[in-house]
Formats: sequence, C-alpha cells, structure tokens
Amino acid sequence: MSHLLRTAFIPTKPPSLHHHHRSPVLPNVHTTRPTIRFAPRSKIREIFMPALSSTMTEGKIVSWVKSQGDKLSKGESVVVVESDKADMDVESFYDGYLAAIIVDEGSSAPVGSAIALLAESEEEIAVALEQAQKSAAPEAVAAAPAVTESVVSSESVGVEKQKKVAEQVVAPAIGTAVHPASEGGKRVVASPYAKKLAKELGVDLRGVVGSGPNGRVVAKDVEAAATLAATEVATASSDNAAAAAALPGVKLGSTVPFTTMQNAVSRNMVESLAVPTFRVGYTITTDALDALYKKIKSKGVTMTALLAKATALALVQHPVVNSSCRDGKSFTYNSSINIAVAVAMDGGLITPVLQDADKVDIYSLSRKWKELVDKARAKQLQPHEYSTGTFTLSNLGMFGVDRFDAILPPGTGAIMAVGASQPTVVATKDGRIGMKIQMLVNVTADHRVIYGADLASFLQTLAKIIEDPKDLTL
Amino acid sequence: MQPSLSLCMPHSPNSLALDSCSSLTSPNLRFCGLRREISGFSVPSQLKRGQFIRAKRLIFPRKAQASPAKVSASSDDNGSPPKSFDYDLTIIGAGVGGHGAALHAVEKGLKTAIIEGDTMGGTCVNRGCVPSKALLAVSGRMRELQDQHHLKALGLQVSAAGYDRQAVADHANNLASKIRSNLTNSLKALGVDILTGMGRILGPHKVKYGKVGFSDNVVTARDIIIATGSVPFVPKGIEVDGKTVITSDHALKLEFVPDWVAIVGSGYIGLEFSDVYTALGSEVTFVEALDQLMPGFDPEISKLAQRVLINPRKIDYHTGVFATKITPAKDGKPVIIELTDAKTKEPKDTLEVDAALIATGRAPFTNGLGLENINVETQRGFVPVDERMQVKDKDGNLVPHVYCIGDANGKMMLAHAASAQGISVVEQVTGTDHVLNHLSIPAACFTHPEISMVGLTEPQAREKAQKEGFEISVAKTSFKANTKALAENEGEGLAKLIFRPDNGEILGVHIFGMHAADLIHEASNAIALGTRVQDIKFAVHAHPTLSEVLDELFKSAKVNARGTRPIREPIAV
Repeated sequence: MSHLLRTAFIPTKPPSLHHHHRSPVLPNVHTTRPTIRFAPRSKIREIFMPALSSTMTEGKIVSWVKSQGDKLSKGESVVVVESDKADMDVESFYDGYLAAIIVDEGSSAPVGSAIALLAESEEEIAVALEQAQKSAAPEAVAAAPAVTESVVSSESVGVEKQKKVAEQVVAPAIGTAVHPASEGGKRVVASPYAKKLAKELGVDLRGVVGSGPNGRVVAKDVEAAATLAATEVATASSDNAAAAAALPGVKLGSTVPFTTMQNAVSRNMVESLAVPTFRVGYTITTDALDALYKKIKSKGVTMTALLAKATALALVQHPVVNSSCRDGKSFTYNSSINIAVAVAMDGGLITPVLQDADKVDIYSLSRKWKELVDKARAKQLQPHEYSTGTFTLSNLGMFGVDRFDAILPPGTGAIMAVGASQPTVVATKDGRIGMKIQMLVNVTADHRVIYGADLASFLQTLAKIIEDPKDLTL
Repeated sequence: MQPSLSLCMPHSPNSLALDSCSSLTSPNLRFCGLRREISGFSVPSQLKRGQFIRAKRLIFPRKAQASPAKVSASSDDNGSPPKSFDYDLTIIGAGVGGHGAALHAVEKGLKTAIIEGDTMGGTCVNRGCVPSKALLAVSGRMRELQDQHHLKALGLQVSAAGYDRQAVADHANNLASKIRSNLTNSLKALGVDILTGMGRILGPHKVKYGKVGFSDNVVTARDIIIATGSVPFVPKGIEVDGKTVITSDHALKLEFVPDWVAIVGSGYIGLEFSDVYTALGSEVTFVEALDQLMPGFDPEISKLAQRVLINPRKIDYHTGVFATKITPAKDGKPVIIELTDAKTKEPKDTLEVDAALIATGRAPFTNGLGLENINVETQRGFVPVDERMQVKDKDGNLVPHVYCIGDANGKMMLAHAASAQGISVVEQVTGTDHVLNHLSIPAACFTHPEISMVGLTEPQAREKAQKEGFEISVAKTSFKANTKALAENEGEGLAKLIFRPDNGEILGVHIFGMHAADLIHEASNAIALGTRVQDIKFAVHAHPTLSEVLDELFKSAKVNARGTRPIREPIAV
C-alpha cells in the first residue's frame, strides 16, 4: 500500500453545494443580463469570467448551460456563475460553438480569466481543443480535478460482494444489459439516477449489467461498474503512486505532470523510506463479525466502522501501537485513538479520520463515516478530517485481494492492511475439517518504538475482539 | 318588484320548516364574512327573532335596487318568467368555487342551494390541492431529514429517516375528510341547502337533480351558477388502469411508491408529484411536449427551478415529445411508454418504467349538464362566458341568469380563482357590477422550495409593452440576501418584479424560494388594489422575516413617478 497520503493537501475545488453563500451583503441584482467578454485569438475566442458586480473578484461556475460542442447563438445563456451576491445566467455575445470548457462546474476562477473557448465554426472546435490542452491543461487539471472519483472503502468484507465483482469481471463488456426492450443491447434501459451517476462517474452504460426490474440498470449497478473500473486500474498498475487519473480517457504514450495530490503523495512516500519498518501478519476468523454485520446493517452500520471500532478497542489495551515517533529521539503516546481509513479517489487517495473511534458508539461512527465519505467525494474534507489519524486502516478486501502490505504514513506508528475475508477450509481443534470465514491482516509498524511482541499481542487482542464482537455494539 | 318581494316570504307548502331554516340563516349573515369554514357552529337561541328581522331589512333594499336594473328587465323579455322561485341562487357543484359563491350569497342575503353529485368539496378538497399538500408536507420534511449536509450546517444529527407509506397516505386522506366536513358544516350552519345528485339544467331557472335510480327533483332558481369543475385530462392512446398508469386522482391515494415513475407533463401537478416521489425514494422521468420543462412559468424562474428542483434530484426528462401510447404493466412487463417527436411526429424512444402519472392538465367536467336546453354549446368542453362569468349561447348572446365559474369555464383553472369568480357573480346578481381582475390572482406550486407568481411573465409583459407602447423594467432580489432565509439555511431563491418605470404599475411578480406561496400575497393584493411600487415601498416589514425579500424587491425598483398617496392621517406616537 504505497499510495498513502499524509499531507496538508487542500482541495482546490471549493464547496459546490448551493447552500454556501458567504457574503450576502447587497441584495440587488442587476436588471440587465451580463454578457461574456471575448478576446479574439484568430477565430477562436476566449470566454472570460465576467465581473457581475463591482465587488466581485472571482466567480464560481454553478453550471454550464451548454456542453462542449454545442452551438451558441448570440444572447443565449452559456453558463451560470455564482458571484458574491447571486447566481446569474451569462449570455454569449457571439454566435459560434462552445469548443472547450476550461473551468468545470463547481470550480472558481478569477474575474477576467478564461473559462472556456468559443470557436467560430465547427471545424475550429478541434483547433480550439488543442489550444485548450496546450495552454490551459496543467493549470486546469490542478484547478479542477475531475469530478469522477470512485470511493473505494470496505463497505462489505463479506463474500457476496466479492462474488458479484467476480461475476462482473467475467461478464463481457458490451450488450450485457439483459432487457426485453433493449433490442439485443442496442438500447440501454437505465433509471434516471443511474444515468446521472454514469455521467458523473464516466461509466459507459452500454457495458453495465442491469440488476433492476426487467434487467434495468440502476444506480448500484453503475457504482459497481465504477468500482470495477477502479479495480482494473489498480491491477494494471503495480505502482500505485503513479496510478493517476487512469479512468477512461487516458491517452496512451502521454506524459502527465503530477497533480497537487500526486505531488503530496510522492513526497510522503519518499519520506517514509527514512523510517525502519517491519510487518506482522495474522489470520482472523470473521464468521461472528459477518453475522453481527448482517444483523445491524439495516441500522446503517458499515463494515468499515466495525473494523475501525474493533481496531480502536484493541488499541486501548496497547497504547504503544497507537504512539508515534517524529524526531527519532522520543515518542508520544497519543491521547486519542483516531483511526484513519484509506479511501481511493480518482488520481490518488485520501484518509478520512474517525476520531475517538474507541469512545464513539458504532452507530454514530457509521454515520460519521458516511458523512466523511460524502465529503471526500465532494472534496470538502477539512484538514483536521484527514490529517489527524494515529493509526491507519487500509482495506483492499472488496477487490478479492487476500493479502498485501502497506507503507507506513510518516508521523504515525502503525498501519494495518486488511485482506478479503473468505471461506477457508480449516482443521478444527477436535481434529475435524471445517469451513470458516477468515481474513488476513498485516500490520506495518515503526520498529523504533513498536516491537514485534507489541504487534503480536495487539493482533491477538484484535482477533479476540473480532471473533467475539459483542463489545463492538456497546 | 313583485317577484323579489315575494322571495323573502315563506311561500312553499313546507313554509313552517323553512321558517326555522331561514331564521337559522339570518344570524349567520354577520359571521360568514369572518369565518369561512365553521365546524360545529351554533346560534344563541335568544338572538333568533331579532336577527331574523334584521335579515329581512337587509334583503329589502337590495331587491329594490337589483330587480329593475338588471334581473327583472331581462326576465321580462323572456315572456313569462315564474313569479317566484324556490331559491334565489342555485349552484351546481360544491367544490371550492361553489362553496365560495354560496358563502358570499348567504352574506348577501340570498336563499341558496348547492347541488353536488359526488363528494362535497370537489377536486381541490378530495383529489387536488388539499391531499397533495399533505403529501408535500411529508416530502418537505423527508427532504430536510435526508439532507445531511444541510442538517450538519445547522448542527443537527439525525439518523436514517424513513417513512410508513400507509401512514403517509392516511394523513392525506384524513386531511381531505377533515376539510370536507368543515366545508360541509360551514354550508349547513349558514343554511345553504345541500341537494344531492347530478344537477342538470332543464330550461331557464329550472334545475333537475337526483341520484341514479332515484326519482328526480326539480328546483327553480332566479340565478344559476355552473361550478362543475374538471377531471384529469388523459390524452388519446393512454390507457389508465389506476394502478401502474395513473392520474393525480390515484396518485394522491399513494397506494404504492414506484421505484421509477414517468410523469407526463411538467406543469404544477407534475412538478409537485416529482417533489413527493423523489423525496420518498422514487426516480422520476418527465415527459414534456413543449421544448422546455415547466412551460407555464416565467422563463427565468423555470430555469432556476430546473437547476434546483430537477437537476440535483434523481430526475431526467424528455422534452419536445408526446407520450403517444402508454400501456400499463401486466404479465411481468413494465409500463411501456412510446414517445413521438412533437414536431416531426416520428417515433423517438420507448420508456419502460414501473408507473406512469398522467399530469397533462385537466378537462372540464360539463357533460350531462343539459346546456342544450338553454342553447349553449361547450367549446372543447368549456362553457363559454363573458368577463362577468355570464354564460354565452351558441350565437354569442348572453344567457340571462346563468353563470359559469371555475375550471368549467377554463379562464383560470385554480381553486381560489373559481371562488373569486363565484363571489364576483354573486356581487353581479345582487346589483353591484363587478369584473374580477384575473391578473391579480396569485398561483403557487408547492415544491420545496415553492414557486409563486401573479400577473404577467416577463415575455408576456414585454409583448404587452410593445403593443401598447410603454417601457417595462425588471427588478430582482435574491433570498441569499435575506437574514431569515440564511438563518434557515435556505438561501436559494429569487424574487422578480416586472413593472412600468413611468408610473410604477406592478405587472407581475414571480418568486422562487422558501415559503414563496405565502409571500406572493403582498404583490397580488397590490395589483388587486392598484397600489404602485413608489407607494408600497414605504410599507414596513418586520425584521427579520422572509417578507423582506419583497420589501427589498420594491425598494430596488427604480420608478420615475413620485409617490402618489401621502400617508393619510399620520398618527403621532
């Protein structure tokens, strides 16, 4: 697990929800509609962020009314911009084609900076696109990371999900939507939300197996397909740090500069080489945990929260495993147990933190986790929500990975890599052969402060908690 | 004069019974203006006699005025009008329109009967505005409880919100029956006779009513108001089975919540149901024949509404298409909707969904009314009327003593418009000329947030301005600037004023935002009373309230004319 992020990386994308309106000072809105200013550059014009009020220094793109390639006529609304006062439709001053969008929905740009390119004719769209890539690409990528990240966390360590993923891997990619009216895959029947999600996650609906009524594609099918795509990416590239925005749309043979997030990951990974680490693994039986999960799943409890809770309870008894050594001369017994959980995102990953996981009850913890994941998706995590972890969990079980090891994030004492829990044939104590669901965990720790016996006894405690999980719901 | 005098006297064979009835009627004259829906109303018995006398006095001068001017003049022309009638006014249809007319008629001292063939309260109370508000109240709360981000911003923590479908449905049903009984009781308490059965006009002044299988009764009335309302309109090719292909009538019973529902039509009804269904977990597909969603609204409002009510929700849409054929789900097959391009008439797409709600508007319910007996022909089902709601016959002549209000005349298909028209008609038949200003009637759509409007839309105002040669201006304010809205964390919203800068006349106001439906009345009252922008901007609004959105709106409008009305009798404090 080399793609861990421990950084003060701050999402460059501001909150995109409409509820945030920061400076409601002046209520009045101009009665005439603003029009976009263009700067002629051959026959391709730049569309600038307009100044919608005298106090406006930057504007946020609420939505693009037109899509790339759309024809525009003079006076038509092109984009909705949120200024410090209100959302306003901005109209085009010229006829032409919206060739390239430089600043995506939800992102901000200073007044006067280019937000899109307008081509005069259809033929010039390609030229404009090239120009957009040449001049604005690195900047645009940094300023507006694509909205398409799939959050990969362990919502189910159970077998079912793995089976499903496996099925999807086997399934052929085209024309698999089984539907009476799909006309042999020519037509895709997908629910409104599934379509919306597919657009957001960049999933091609034609290759998605529908599990809804009559073989309809529903939201969870699209989510599964997006996870699958992420899996393929993960397996295709063993060097996770370099596994950048490799979702559909990668141009082979191209060299791509690091994004802010990738830079941060790279820095941390190199820094981690200065810490002497070692690993200890353990096999834990999860039948009881799975049974418990099934029972309280309906109350919104997630597997991630259960694992975090179990880990936190084990850490209470082994404070040294929750310690950290920063200067090489001393180490700190951390006062709270904050479990960071690695979440893969398009172009990197982030580690939302469940604070005081030992003290918070499992239901609140699950809610908190859901909230953190939502925030991570929206790139709204605050620094304290991803940088205060004292112990890290990384789970690749949902991909069917049975074992792996993780790189220790600088500034923490240990990280635990969790594999898939799967049915295993075991010899029981009474000499019989039995079937148990088991998972492999592998802890990487800083040997300057944490020794083999520490980890061993920590893992023994953890196994006990997971194998008899009644304490988790207290 | 003679016929009107005799009206006040007990004259029918059961005059004794009537006497107690009319004595019951009269005391309420003084109350009905205050209370519209009185339940369990009782009259202090010692007042009866005195009140009765006062009531007669009230009736007397009115008749003296009314008969020569309008009523008797026209009936004399008809040859031989009956000397006396069972009722002064008979209303066919006890919906909101009929109810409003009946209350006002009693206030004006008319002996009134109301004929209802179905349930009291009509569409609004039983199958329309009322139960839908109950569902929308639920959807509004569900939305709040599900919006984690919003709750978090307020510092609230709520674990997973859920609902019980049957309990939600019961809430809607209970509300409808409560309002229905309130409405029925208010009519009874005022002494309005409720006649049960389908009403049918037999000729001038003559109405037949009765239930199927029972003998018919005939009553005579000096004036007749047709207020039979409307039913959901179902276009050809659509097979409604009441289960998977439904109209608002069925949807309000909330018998099931489909995973995926197609809503045909994106007007008020469709939009409100999309709000309900998405809050309860359904996904929605709109099918709209016009090129734009929400075609009836001001374009700017519908654009904003689309951004807030459609795009972020689990809704997609097909515009510019007709649903030419809809087959209900059967034999394990889903509901199948065939879409045809509205312009080329070519087949465009096929949808397969779990349910389809037909919200393509409403058709007048005017069949079997016996209009042929008074030489009246409906136009696309609507009863033709003039601006005073008086019915026009085949040749375009006014039919004396017959009026039509509400959805049945199609002027403005809103419950409160029907009621206002009914009041206008009662004014008319009691001798006060009255023309209702339809541009002052507000309309509202109760989505979350709400949409409301009164008067002209911007394109309509621009067209009018060009035709009549005046300038118009537009002023806007945002809810983002309103303290109360921000306190509620509901800053999404816009208020828009269209007015004449030369004289300050308000042409239209459109609001999208929290409680928009309640906010519109300041504007609609201003239009109704002819209040100008330069005057209303001095009115004071409590702070902090949402009403300040309109306050700001009026204050931001630049009018060249000066205030016309100085404050009368200033009161020093």
